[in-house]
Amino acid sequence: MQSRLPILIFAILMAAIPFVPGMPPFWIVLLDNIGLAALVAMGLVLLTGVGGLTSFGQAAFVGFGAYTTALLTTAYGLSPWLTLPLSLVVSGLLAVLLGLVTVRLSGHYLPLGTLAWGLGLFYLFSKLEFLGRNDGISAIPPLSIGSFRMLDPGSIYFAIWVAVILSALLTMNLLDSRTGRAIRALRRGHVAAEAFGVHTPRAKLLVFIHAAVLAGLSGWLYAHLQRAVNPTPFGAQAGIEYLFIAVVGGAGYVWGGVLGAAIVVILKEVLQSYLPLILPGSGQVETIVFGIMLVALLQLAPGGVWPWLMSLLPERTSGRKPDTSLKLEARPRLPGQSGILLHVEKARKQFGGVIAVNNVSFDVQAREIVALIGPNGAGKSTTFNLITGVLSATSGSISVLGRKVDRAPPQEIVKLGISRTFQHVKLVPDMTVLENVAIGAHLRGQSGPLASMLRLDRADEAKLLAESARQIERVGLADQMHQLAGSLSLGQQRIVEIARALCVDPMLLLLDEPAAGLRHMEKQQLAKLLRDLRDGGMSVLLVEHDMGFVMNLADRIVVLDFGTKIAEGTPATIKTNPEVIKAYLGVAA
Amino acid sequence: MNTTIMLFLLQDGITNGAIYALLGLALVLVFAVTRVILIPQGEFVTYGALTYASLASGQMPGTAKLALAMGIGACAFDLFAARKALHGRLILRSVLANIVLPAIVLAVTLYFAGQKPPVAVCIALSLVIVAMIGLYLYRIAFQPLAHTSVLVLLIASVGVHLALQGLGLLFFGAEGQRGPAVLSGAFTAGSLRFTGQSLTVYGITIAFIVGLWLFFGLTLYGKALRATAVNRLGARLAGIRTSLSGQIAFLLASIIGALSGIMIVPITTLYYDSGFLIGLKGFVAAIIGGLVSYPLTAVAALLVGIVEAFSSFYASNYKEVIVFMLLIPVLLLRSLAAPAVEEEKD
Repeated sequence: MQSRLPILIFAILMAAIPFVPGMPPFWIVLLDNIGLAALVAMGLVLLTGVGGLTSFGQAAFVGFGAYTTALLTTAYGLSPWLTLPLSLVVSGLLAVLLGLVTVRLSGHYLPLGTLAWGLGLFYLFSKLEFLGRNDGISAIPPLSIGSFRMLDPGSIYFAIWVAVILSALLTMNLLDSRTGRAIRALRRGHVAAEAFGVHTPRAKLLVFIHAAVLAGLSGWLYAHLQRAVNPTPFGAQAGIEYLFIAVVGGAGYVWGGVLGAAIVVILKEVLQSYLPLILPGSGQVETIVFGIMLVALLQLAPGGVWPWLMSLLPERTSGRKPDTSLKLEARPRLPGQSGILLHVEKARKQFGGVIAVNNVSFDVQAREIVALIGPNGAGKSTTFNLITGVLSATSGSISVLGRKVDRAPPQEIVKLGISRTFQHVKLVPDMTVLENVAIGAHLRGQSGPLASMLRLDRADEAKLLAESARQIERVGLADQMHQLAGSLSLGQQRIVEIARALCVDPMLLLLDEPAAGLRHMEKQQLAKLLRDLRDGGMSVLLVEHDMGFVMNLADRIVVLDFGTKIAEGTPATIKTNPEVIKAYLGVAA
Repeated sequence: MNTTIMLFLLQDGITNGAIYALLGLALVLVFAVTRVILIPQGEFVTYGALTYASLASGQMPGTAKLALAMGIGACAFDLFAARKALHGRLILRSVLANIVLPAIVLAVTLYFAGQKPPVAVCIALSLVIVAMIGLYLYRIAFQPLAHTSVLVLLIASVGVHLALQGLGLLFFGAEGQRGPAVLSGAFTAGSLRFTGQSLTVYGITIAFIVGLWLFFGLTLYGKALRATAVNRLGARLAGIRTSLSGQIAFLLASIIGALSGIMIVPITTLYYDSGFLIGLKGFVAAIIGGLVSYPLTAVAALLVGIVEAFSSFYASNYKEVIVFMLLIPVLLLRSLAAPAVEEEKD
């Protein structure tokens, strides 16, 4: 992660601004508003830009935060400092409730769902008697420390920007951690993350809560800045506005949220105060220009302004190699016999009328390399998905170390020591190779989100990264460790997937076409690696089309054709098996 | 509760629901083809309605000028995009479609504006004007963003909504307007009174649903649109111009929006910003329909209309809360019914 120096400079600058002589108070008000919007946008960066969950409903959480403190400080006379945790808790709890309903929605349901409850809650704010209906609640006490009362925008300025900078630090810490990697993997679909033990619904709920709490914080500050709340700023329009602040700034970047807030707030202000001078006449001209500028901005920089600015800076590759001498504890082993690792008994998978896997049975023993071959569409990848719990079998059973795992989800299978790679590479392209591989070690770390935010996870994190670095070196990609996974060739990406799978500390490695896209020398290196792994006590089950590679490597081969097992045996017997030759060449030789 | 009231509410709900159904259909159409969540759909409604009402009351609607201005913009985008391979026919076609056409429409509108033309002329002019706005809108705002993510398209959609709503205020003022009934007269069946207007609403909704169904099922353009919806790249490789698909989708959406507006404006007073909420209720219907199914969207829209009618009678304060909260159980059911599937996102 980048150094903390620029943030420190930024913090000092922000702290100095109010003391600049002749600073117009109006600018401080603007900066207050930017800070408030930045807090919400930061949550959206995590939720939408990083986690891939688009929410229009954030304004409602700002409302929860604001109304909680407004009600408790006016009607019950609580101190604002006491209502701070309460505001955050209320936002967080409601996020849990709404999140349980909405985060499971996929694709476009989610943003529309959030829009719906965002609107509904806005109308609720404006209709509830105890929240003052459309008039809201006024005469909210100001924040105060001792006898220092933050009555004007200039004094609450510090509270707001301390909150922004702290939240940014905590959010960046979170992203740069075990939990953060799980969150960053969400946007690329859940199969890969789940194959390494990430509980994706929980990770989604977590970012949802994080975003809501940040919004609640913004609401709490807002209530004490304005010292009055009414429903208007918490409506759907505001929810949409927060989202476009995040997108304009650069939805994947924490500082993009702050920059976006600055751009949007200042742009609106400038348009509101100067446009009527240029174009006198009926109002709303600024809305028109604002809308047009928004579209133009997106056409010029669809990724947002922050990444565009960053690309102007000279590139820094500041990857430090982790200290590989740190040892990571081994995966907890199940007590069990070591003979048959995997036993597939009459496994069958039907998709409607198509039988993808038809009563296939085979075993994988300890310390052996088994190859699963067959023409395209033979059911090889489906068999992998059945074993790893991505799909559940229509009938038949699959046992690992003698235990049935038919209905076990992927997260349970990987705990048993079965890890895999994918036929279509599933890496997170905008994460480094090291970070991608570290997802493989997810289950071997313990630190939770709170520990990560507070940087209490560093010892754990260092061990995870050390293990990842060791596995990357083992597969021969040490030079690419700090490159973005998306910048590697497809063949190298497959090798990265193997390193990630090795981070599980598996007993059985499932490789789906690992040699595809590799050059001759690389294939030989891969074969050597797999033999070494076997000699070190690991078993390998691989799907592969390169017959030369398979015949030289595998101890045993299982041949599938149209979902049915047609042969099994040593490479020598398979080569001469008439059924196999017929399946591959179409006629009996 | 009394049967008359119930029947009356039901009728009211169905009339509103039919409008939401049309809007829901348009949203589904545009989303499926272009991945744009069309928030400005509501503006098409108000533009159609208020253009119609202005014309009928003898005023000059500003939307005709907007269409010409946007046409000039669209032409500029066309020429800029093709700047490396400009040739006469392309320029001519772009100028004809983007500048000459709206100029003619503007001239016709100017001609009719002062003299309170017959209803049919008002309808035709309003439809053409809004249809052109929809078409050019796609060219200017969305076609250059066609390759970006749904999120970016959505934000652009919000920007367009803001700009169009602001323009709406500029053109039509803050006061609401009503238009003359499209079909006057009424008849009574039992205790229910059917106005010509509400019958028009039912008729047009049904005609559109059937028409869209035929269009997508039977025509080549309809199939091209569906192909684009499923796989943009694949459709392009098969020779379908995806930008054309987008234009057709926007054209249809703006016509549907304008038509809905023309149908409601005789029933309720519309303001420049009424469209947003009307469009959102179409959204609710579209979401309940899953953004994919046209018949389901239509049924859901009727449901939304009926729930709205009943809640405005029994708990008018909470009318909007109830309508939007209606989604939560639906979403809950949907998320329980459909197990999460892997999505390949780009």
